[in-house]
Amino acid sequence: MSAVLRAQALGKKYKQRWALQHCDLDVPAGRVVGLVGPNGAGKSTLLNLASGMLTPTAGTIEVCGGRPAEDVEQLAKVGFVAQDTPTYASLSVADHLDFGQRLNPNWDDAVARDRIRRLGLDPKQRAGKLSGGQRAQLALTLGIAKRPELLILDEPVAALDPLARREFMQDLMEAVAEHEMSVVLSSHLVSDVERTCDYVIVLVDSQVQVAGDIDDLVASHHRLTGPRRDPAALPSGQHVISASHTDRQTTLLVRTETAVHDPSWSVTPLGLEDIVLAYMTRPADAFRDTRPALEVLR
Amino acid sequence: MIWLTWRQFRTQVTVVYLALAFLAVLLAVTGPQLADLYASAGDDLFGRITSADQTVYYLGLVIVLLVPAVIGMFWGAPLITRELETGTYRLAWNQSITRTRWLATKLVLTGVATMAAAALASVAVTWWSGPIDQAVNSGGTGADPFYPRIDPLVFGERGIAPIGYAAFAFMLGVTLGVLIRRTVPAMAATLATYAAVQIAMPLWVRPHLAPSVDATLSFTQAKPVNIGIDAVREVDFGQPGAWILSEQTVNASGQPAALPESLTDCSSMSDCAANLTKAGYQQQVSYQPAGNFWTLQWVETGLYLGLTLVLTWFCAWWIRRRLT
Amino acid sequence: MIEFHLNARTGLSPYQQLVQQVRHALRLGLLKEGDKLPTVKDVAKQIAVNPNTVLKAYRELEHEGLVGARPGVGTFVTRTLADGTLAAHGPLRKDLQRWVTKARLAGLDEESIEALFMNTFRNAAGEDVA
Repeated sequence: MSAVLRAQALGKKYKQRWALQHCDLDVPAGRVVGLVGPNGAGKSTLLNLASGMLTPTAGTIEVCGGRPAEDVEQLAKVGFVAQDTPTYASLSVADHLDFGQRLNPNWDDAVARDRIRRLGLDPKQRAGKLSGGQRAQLALTLGIAKRPELLILDEPVAALDPLARREFMQDLMEAVAEHEMSVVLSSHLVSDVERTCDYVIVLVDSQVQVAGDIDDLVASHHRLTGPRRDPAALPSGQHVISASHTDRQTTLLVRTETAVHDPSWSVTPLGLEDIVLAYMTRPADAFRDTRPALEVLR
Repeated sequence: MIWLTWRQFRTQVTVVYLALAFLAVLLAVTGPQLADLYASAGDDLFGRITSADQTVYYLGLVIVLLVPAVIGMFWGAPLITRELETGTYRLAWNQSITRTRWLATKLVLTGVATMAAAALASVAVTWWSGPIDQAVNSGGTGADPFYPRIDPLVFGERGIAPIGYAAFAFMLGVTLGVLIRRTVPAMAATLATYAAVQIAMPLWVRPHLAPSVDATLSFTQAKPVNIGIDAVREVDFGQPGAWILSEQTVNASGQPAALPESLTDCSSMSDCAANLTKAGYQQQVSYQPAGNFWTLQWVETGLYLGLTLVLTWFCAWWIRRRLT
Repeated sequence: MIEFHLNARTGLSPYQQLVQQVRHALRLGLLKEGDKLPTVKDVAKQIAVNPNTVLKAYRELEHEGLVGARPGVGTFVTRTLADGTLAAHGPLRKDLQRWVTKARLAGLDEESIEALFMNTFRNAAGEDVA
C-alpha cells in the first residue's frame, strides 16, 4: 500500500527551540490517523508541515507522493482544517461554498450543498455569526467537498461542546466511509481517537514516541503484575514502557510480539488510553534507548 | 480568487470610489465656470475668483493629498493583516491555489484599484485647477493665496505623482501589515511612515531630481519683495512659476554677507533696490524653473513606483520565508 | 435492524464491541437469518466510529460464517446462534441460580459474588486457551 504521509528525519525549529525533531513516519493510505500528545508536543507543527503551511528546517516530508503545497495539483490532493477552524466572518455560508468551488478543481458542489442542508445552516448566514460547532462544520464541509486524497484536521473538536463534538465526528466518519479518503487528525482526547482512528501517532516533547496500527499496538502491549523484581531481567523480546514498584509488587507495562509465558506474571490486556498514557508519561531518556526497537512496529 | 478579493474589499473600494465620484461631480459642475472666467478675465483671474471657487480649490488639494494615505491605511494595511489576524489565510492557502497566485491576485487587483483612484482624483483636480495654475505661472496679479504647481504645497496634488504616491502608500500598508501582523497598529504605522516620506521628499530628494538653475542676479533684474534685517529674503525675478530652492544675498566680491543697516533702512522697495545695486550686492537664487514640472513629475513617480516594486518583492519574500 | 453503541468502559476495542453486539443479538434472536446489517457508512455516521473498524468487524463476522456480504446490496445474516444454545439455557440458568443462592447463604455480598464468578470464568477461559 502506498504511503499517504512519509517523513524522514523531519524537524522544525523556531528560533532556538525545536518544535519537532527526528521525526520518521510512514503512514499507509486509507487510514484514519490519530495524532495524540500533550499540548505543545509538536502536533500542530507536524500537521502544518504536512499541509505545507510550514516548511521543514531539517529532513523531508512527503504527502500523497509529493512535496506539501508544491503546486496546484498537490494542493488539490490535501485538505486542511486548521486549528480554530478559521472562516471569513463577513462572508455567508453560501459565499464560502462559492469560494470553495472557485478555488478547487475537484470541488463537489452536490456534497457541499447537501451537507449544509443537513446541518440546517442558513446559506445566507454570515460565518461570523455561526456558533463554534457550526463554524467547524462549515470548515469541515469545505475540506470534504474539496475531495482531497488526504484530509488533515488540527484539533478540530477542541473548542466544541460534547454534542457538537459528537456530530462533527459522526460527519467526519460518514465522509470517510463515503469518499475513501485518508484522514490525519490531532486530538488530546484519546477516547475520540480510539473510536475514530485505526492508526495512532504519539508525540511527546517534539518527538514521535510510538506510531502504528491501533489493533497491533493493543495486541502487543500488556500489563504484567507480579512479585517484586528487576525489570532488566525480562526476556529480550519484552520492552518495558513503564514500571512501578511497591515493596512487594512490581507492575510493568511491556510491549512484546510474543506471548508472555512466565507464570508468575498476571497478564492483563491494555486499552489504547493506557498505552498512550504510558508513552506520554515515560521519561524522555528512556525513549532514546528503545527507539530503534520501536520501528519494528510497522 | 478575483471574486474573493472583490468580496473582501468591496466595502472599502465602494466608499473611496463613491467619495471620488462625488468630488468628480462637484468639479465637473464648477470647472467650466472657472474656465470661462479665466477666458474672459485672463491674468485678472484672481481679482474676480469667488470664495466658493477658492474653497473647491483647497478641497481638491486636500483630497488628492489624502487619497494615497487613506488607501494605504484602509486598503493596504488590512489586505493581508486581516487574514493573518483572523487566521483565514490558513483557509485560503489550503484551497487549490498557490500562495504566489493568492498574493499576486490580491496585490494586482487592489493595486490597480488604488492607482486608478489616485489617477481619477488627480486628473480631475489638475483639470479643474488648470486655469488657476496657468494664471499663477503667467504672473497673474494678486495670486497670493495660490502657489505655482511646481511648489511643494501643490506639486503632489497635480499630474501623475499621486498615482506613484498611492501605489507606494498601498504597498507600504501591505508591508507594514505583514511585518506588524496587527491591523490597527499597522494602519497607524503606515500613516506615520508615509507622512515622513512625503515630508522628506520635497526637502531632500525632489530638488535633485531635475537640474536646478543657479543664478546670481542684480537687484535690477530681481526686485526685492521681502527684506529682512540683514538680507533680502525674497525677490521677484520674473519667474512666478518657479520653485525657489534657496536664495541668499552676496556682496560685490560674491561672498555671502550681512547687509549693513544703512542699506535696508529705506522708504520703498525700489529705493532699497537702488541702494543695494549701487553697493554691488546681488541675489543668488537657486530654483527649479516652471518648465521642469513634468520632468520632476515623471522622475518622482518613477521613484515611487520603484519603491513600490521593492516593497512588493520584500512582501512576497517575507510571506514565503517568514510565515512558513 | 440492529443498532450499535460503543461503551468506553468495557476495555474492549470498538471492533470487538461491534462483533460482540452482533453475536449477542444473534443469540437473543434479535437478528435472524436474512436480516440486513446497517451499512458501514450508516454505522460510521451513527456512532462516530472509523468505517475501517466497522469493515473489520463485519469481516470477522463473515469469517465466522455468521454474515455474508452481497456486493452492492449489503451485509446479511446467514446463520443464527439462537436455536441450539437457547434450548440449553434453561437447565444452565437453573444451576446458576442455585449457585447464586448458595453463595448468598454463605454470606457473600453481590460484589464478592460477581468477583468470584468473573475470576472463575476467566481462569476457566484461560485454561481453555492454554
